[in-house]
Amino acid sequence: MIEKPKIGVYVCHCGINIASTVDVETVEEYALKLPNVEVARTYSYMCSDPGQALIKEDIKEHGLNRIIVASCSPRMHETTFRKAIQEAGLNPYFLEMANIREQCSWVHQDMEEATAKAKKLVTASVAKVRLLEALESTEVDAEPAALIIGAGIAGIQAALDIADAGFKTYLVEKTPSVGGRMAQLDKTFPTLDCSACILTPKMVDCASHPNIELLTYSEVEEINGFIGNFDVRVRKKARYVDFEKCTGCGDCAKECRVADRFPSEFDEGMGKRSAIYLPFPQAVPAKYTIDPEQCLYLTRGKCGKEPKCQEVCGADAINFEQEDEYVEFKVGAIIVATGFDPFDPSRKPEYGYDDYPNVITGMEMERLVSASGPTGGKVLINNGKEEIEPKEVAFIKCVGSRDESVGNEYCSRVCCMYTAKQAHLIREKLPDANIRIYYMDVRAFGKGYEEFYDRVRRENVRYIRGNPSEIFKRGNKLVVKAEDTLTSTPLEDEVDLVVLGVGLEPRAEMRQVMDLLRLSQSGDRFFLEAHPKLRPVDTATEGVFLAGCCQGPKDIPDTVAQAKGAASSAMIPLARGSVTIDAQVAEVNEATCRGCGFCVEICPYSAIEMVTVNRFGHEIEVAKVNEALCKGCGSCSPACLSDSIQPKSFRDRQILPQIAALGAMK
Amino acid sequence: MSANYEPNIVAFLCNWCSYAGADLAGTSRVQYPSNVQIIRVMCTGRVNPLYVVNALQQGADGVLVSGCHPGDCHYMEGNYFARRRLGMLKDLLEFAGVDPRRFHMSWVSASEGHKWKEVVEKTVEDAREAGPFEGFRRRQIDW
Repeated sequence: MIEKPKIGVYVCHCGINIASTVDVETVEEYALKLPNVEVARTYSYMCSDPGQALIKEDIKEHGLNRIIVASCSPRMHETTFRKAIQEAGLNPYFLEMANIREQCSWVHQDMEEATAKAKKLVTASVAKVRLLEALESTEVDAEPAALIIGAGIAGIQAALDIADAGFKTYLVEKTPSVGGRMAQLDKTFPTLDCSACILTPKMVDCASHPNIELLTYSEVEEINGFIGNFDVRVRKKARYVDFEKCTGCGDCAKECRVADRFPSEFDEGMGKRSAIYLPFPQAVPAKYTIDPEQCLYLTRGKCGKEPKCQEVCGADAINFEQEDEYVEFKVGAIIVATGFDPFDPSRKPEYGYDDYPNVITGMEMERLVSASGPTGGKVLINNGKEEIEPKEVAFIKCVGSRDESVGNEYCSRVCCMYTAKQAHLIREKLPDANIRIYYMDVRAFGKGYEEFYDRVRRENVRYIRGNPSEIFKRGNKLVVKAEDTLTSTPLEDEVDLVVLGVGLEPRAEMRQVMDLLRLSQSGDRFFLEAHPKLRPVDTATEGVFLAGCCQGPKDIPDTVAQAKGAASSAMIPLARGSVTIDAQVAEVNEATCRGCGFCVEICPYSAIEMVTVNRFGHEIEVAKVNEALCKGCGSCSPACLSDSIQPKSFRDRQILPQIAALGAMK
Repeated sequence: MSANYEPNIVAFLCNWCSYAGADLAGTSRVQYPSNVQIIRVMCTGRVNPLYVVNALQQGADGVLVSGCHPGDCHYMEGNYFARRRLGMLKDLLEFAGVDPRRFHMSWVSASEGHKWKEVVEKTVEDAREAGPFEGFRRRQIDW
């Protein structure tokens, strides 16, 4: 028995957000005249408690069985109102929202036009809501495990939190060691904590934690499934070193026939490593890896009589026969913590990074001042003849940030402070050096940052407001050409060392992760969060969360905070043990399905299969939807020759009336 | 064509990219013409080409379908299906004598509020130039 629709239309003022452009009373009056509308009201804030109470009371009093809320975007408050009508005893899917804020009052200024459009949108909603069906969502079990992609400080922190809470955690890292960018840093602003001292204990915890399975030198190849039930396939790249046997002694690297020939990634190319290497002394796990593109034996098939590493390895750990391994497991939630790439200053050729060895990046400076760096922490430059201490040092900020010419409009948020910190470190090591920092603005926004900036200025570091236009060579000096914009003085500043305060960019290979997880990018090309303010660690893909610089430039405290946020969000399905599967999935009308199987071929999730049914003694094939796998996209529906497969809530018979209503309203 | 002709445009937007992009245009208070009425679908893959024909039959002067950029579909492949189906439809409409300016397809991501404005302006402008649509026998359905 089909109930006669009794519709309530609720038009929200949203303070003045809607009411200042849309004449809400007119919309209310108009709605009352639409078919099946029993009640229409306006209220200042429909989403508030009294607003929701209004709807609930009407449902009880007037026996309403369909509700339309004309307010903000359904992406904002659909869940709120579904819950509200459910509390009043209505099926939560008997709701339709007319988006008269984001897509009407906020984008039109003319009251008459905006009101007319609001009427149309309400009419279309009435046309649809009458034909909505009651849906029941189902619960499925969630795997109490998490996958974290990227083992920098964000991934490490998130993994530790989830593992501490008692859930199995898979931490996948592409490089041979955990630690990420933070491991490369010397001291951290503004407290000058030694980066390694605060990071390495966490790295070690990761490796020894009983709930963490560390998969280093590994890449995620495939992810299928949905929140609570992701199937993950990881490729463990061959290290050519037996992980169990290697003791990390390092004899192999010393004896390697191409020892210390290759630029060390960890030292930003300023130090050298062998073809068999440990990325840095505190690497976790402390296991050696052979670079297959550099190793003589692996590239040429020959390395002397016998590869040296094999010869000297007391543990007999070298294994050139090793192949990539695949591991498969199931998780309930995923955290993406893939980090950033430093801006490549070659893209700003005017700064001569490619031409002059004494123009270096901030990351290179980190390694140069680090006691574990290639110079043992001495700030040295090569003047063409010998290694000397620079007398004149210049920093340039905002290299690759706030710069439309390289496509990065955003502020990288860390360069102001890391240049200040590096200036301080140089001052400690070279008390007589003249240090100046070229800047556009100084943004010292964090806790203790402004105080640190003041301190650095008092340490006789000159801040010059101006964005240098060029760096060129004069004799054995570098000339920074700029204008001091505070005094309108053109400058040709002769220096020995230039440090480019390079910004943070999205990772070059983030496309791979996007494809794996169906993530989107925001305008700055970092990963897009579900809501910039209220869902900053969520993504549009349920069960997938973001942590750290993959979402946007961040300093370490913000990264750790976000990682902890992502961890706690990821733990919700894990702790609950189950997830709710959206009821808006496709459904087949068996009576009309002709069994062609077109929908089966089309479904991107392989959610449709052919099943045999008995019809009047004949065995025939019809399509059937697996509701746990179906995501409700509806791509199958237009392919169906008999309109037999339809996504619930978006059926032809629910959309066509919307079209009719809108078409008729000239 | 009457001087005060305002085209009536029906748009089908996918929930994840274009609908969110149109929301962002709102949040950013970008201003654009009010002629476009949006119908939300989960994916452009759900848009049956017949919806477009249907909208023109029911009185729309123009139709817009907008989804995620190719390769960025929230459902992996839905917008590829849409691109094929609606690409074919566009040719068919032209063959049937419908001014191609009446049907547009665009890719607007969730972060492209400004692009959404441009798409709307272009769609409205084109439909305005094409004039009121009288090409199909009106098949007004009493909804």
